[in-house]
Amino acid sequence: MELSGAEIVVQALIDEGVEYIWGYPGGAVLHIYDALFQQKKIRHILVRHEQAATHAADGYARATGKPGVALVTSGPGATNAVTGIATAYMDSIPMVVLTGQVPTPFIGSDAFQEVDITGITRPCVKHNFLIKRVEDIAETIAKAFYIATTGRPGPVLIDIPKDVTDPNVRIPYEYPRKISMRSYKPVEKGHPRQIRKAVDLMVKARRPVIYTGGGVVLGDGSDELRKLVEVTGFPVTHTLMGLGAVPSTDKRFLGMLGMHGTYEANMAMHESDLVIAIGARFDDRVTGKLASFCPDAKIIHVDVDPASISKNVKVDVPIVGQVKPVLRDMVKLLKERKTKPDAKALAEWWKRIEGWRAVECLKYPKSDKVIKPQYAMELLAKVTRRRDLYLTSDVGQHQMFAAQFFPFDKPRRWINSGGLGTMGFGLPAAMGVQQAFPKATVACVTGEASIQMCIQELATCAQYKLPLKIILLNNGYMGMVRQWQELFYEGRYSHSYVDALPDFAALAETYGHVGMTIEDPAELEAAYKEAFGMKNRLVFMNVLVDPEENVYPMIEAGKGHHEMHMSPYLTAERELA
Amino acid sequence: MRHIISVLIENESGALARVAGLFAARGYNIESLTVAPTEDPTLSRMTLVTHGDERVLEQIVKQLNKLIDVVKLLDLSEGPHIERELMMVKVKAEKGLREELKRLADIFRANIIDVTATSYTVELTGHGHKLDGFLEALPDDSLIEVVRSGPLGISRGAKGLGTI
Repeated sequence: MELSGAEIVVQALIDEGVEYIWGYPGGAVLHIYDALFQQKKIRHILVRHEQAATHAADGYARATGKPGVALVTSGPGATNAVTGIATAYMDSIPMVVLTGQVPTPFIGSDAFQEVDITGITRPCVKHNFLIKRVEDIAETIAKAFYIATTGRPGPVLIDIPKDVTDPNVRIPYEYPRKISMRSYKPVEKGHPRQIRKAVDLMVKARRPVIYTGGGVVLGDGSDELRKLVEVTGFPVTHTLMGLGAVPSTDKRFLGMLGMHGTYEANMAMHESDLVIAIGARFDDRVTGKLASFCPDAKIIHVDVDPASISKNVKVDVPIVGQVKPVLRDMVKLLKERKTKPDAKALAEWWKRIEGWRAVECLKYPKSDKVIKPQYAMELLAKVTRRRDLYLTSDVGQHQMFAAQFFPFDKPRRWINSGGLGTMGFGLPAAMGVQQAFPKATVACVTGEASIQMCIQELATCAQYKLPLKIILLNNGYMGMVRQWQELFYEGRYSHSYVDALPDFAALAETYGHVGMTIEDPAELEAAYKEAFGMKNRLVFMNVLVDPEENVYPMIEAGKGHHEMHMSPYLTAERELA
Repeated sequence: MRHIISVLIENESGALARVAGLFAARGYNIESLTVAPTEDPTLSRMTLVTHGDERVLEQIVKQLNKLIDVVKLLDLSEGPHIERELMMVKVKAEKGLREELKRLADIFRANIIDVTATSYTVELTGHGHKLDGFLEALPDDSLIEVVRSGPLGISRGAKGLGTI
């Protein structure tokens, strides 16, 4: 079979099993777009801004576990995609981004729409390629998918100069069935001796905590983690990225840990004598001040990326391997052991944890006058309980309220930008999820600042009839910025008030969607029911919430897990009692 | 502590930039870096000298290994190894100084590789300390310019980096 470079690009994606491409055409990719036009297997989704193409591909990847694909043109098309690439990189999301490039003879000449995108993205991709010959296209694409999806996943960028896709140059095509690279050999199983050492520590532990992150979700290790929790009876806490790995209803789940984590999770970490970290990377939002991080604990760390181990925190038992096989081996070994974890010590440990839990750190003042954002999230959970909801979010207070108050019971249902913290992520990510699962209920919780960073995608949603439910917790401020200014800058709200807001409901209507504005707490439940009842329509709910509510508990940057600020409401209530 | 690291890396455009970029982005110290193709033209060998405590070094090695283009690397400082650096020095060699400079070159086993009526260019290989010693021994104000390759390193014994 003889194909042109452009046809090879498209055929290779088909052979790789790609269903969707999110993209935006332009001069340098016109040959590829022409080849896309002449086939039926891959569906191209036309976004309104290249950032959204990468976020949508990212959302698709997070929900399905399959690599997301984006296609953009050279120059500004490529630079617009960078935020989405960096977002995927920070959260280890498998993604392949194809960028057009000026023809090879023009590279380096400051040609029209030329930018050195492999240079720009080098620090925020797992790897990137610049293809120089049509003969290299198929193999490069195969390598890109292999690299993106194996080991610690991540985005891979392929830069394709226009002349390489020339429709008049045709060469024989064959897609490489197997890729083997001498310089890249991702690990699979953990070292048996290290796993044995870990199990030795686990049966001896008196105050253990399992702390897991996005790696368990991405590595499909949720079932194995649940078994580990079952077999050991140990308490388990998740990072922002790890939510859903263990069901929220499990008594042994302590909630999220870290800066806005629960009192019980953070205190358990601080007082523990053994931390079992799985697919987590000891991010600063999780650890707080490193010097006071888990002062009495030995640490076991399971991660597929050796560079994550002992990067921020020195680890006692490192285990390099994929979480799924490592956890399986761990559970097997634990079951075979004659010595079991000390039941009495564990019972005492649980008693202390229950004491911390009894503080009810997430309690907030109810109101019948103004909608509390916490209430909006609790109610959302109640109304959508039977729906197996996919929830995406933007970045800020609403993200934390969702993480704290929406109970996630399955992995891959909570989709948010954790590492990079990208405002504008939520809506396009939700598009990717909805595209992957057309029948699923997909909602996006957002803020009035975040949503405006990619609001143009309401047009994409209209074009492809994506019935998303957008829940805008509108407090008029960049809530998290305002919260920090209130707490650490004596209330000087420098540029955190978002003036001149549009009428969001009306705006949604002009795009052809359904818009709602809800102000009265008594009306919210009915509004949710109405919105989620509209199966084939995108509903944009502008929920006006308490403008100055804060996210609690909170650990200030640079403080330890035991130095949490609790909600003033909670402190006042306790003083009264 | 000073470390000398040997890296076998795919001989592809951008590979050097990935290494240099990694050091810049993560704030690692880089003292010298030399790179050239090997007997296998698809591979380059890089020798880099860096400073850092044990934790930083562990991260440097892991992060380098994480680069897709890196095939193999070895911290030579962990075992017996040999280091050599090449230096070329241009010095003023006016009448009266020429004999002394020739003697100095002999003492350091250096070669004079270019001569003009007023200058010598001297070539010298050895450990960095030896090169420093030669520069210190030069007569005052005689130095015109110095070019140094940065150290190259190789482990002692019969095994090569490709066979470890």
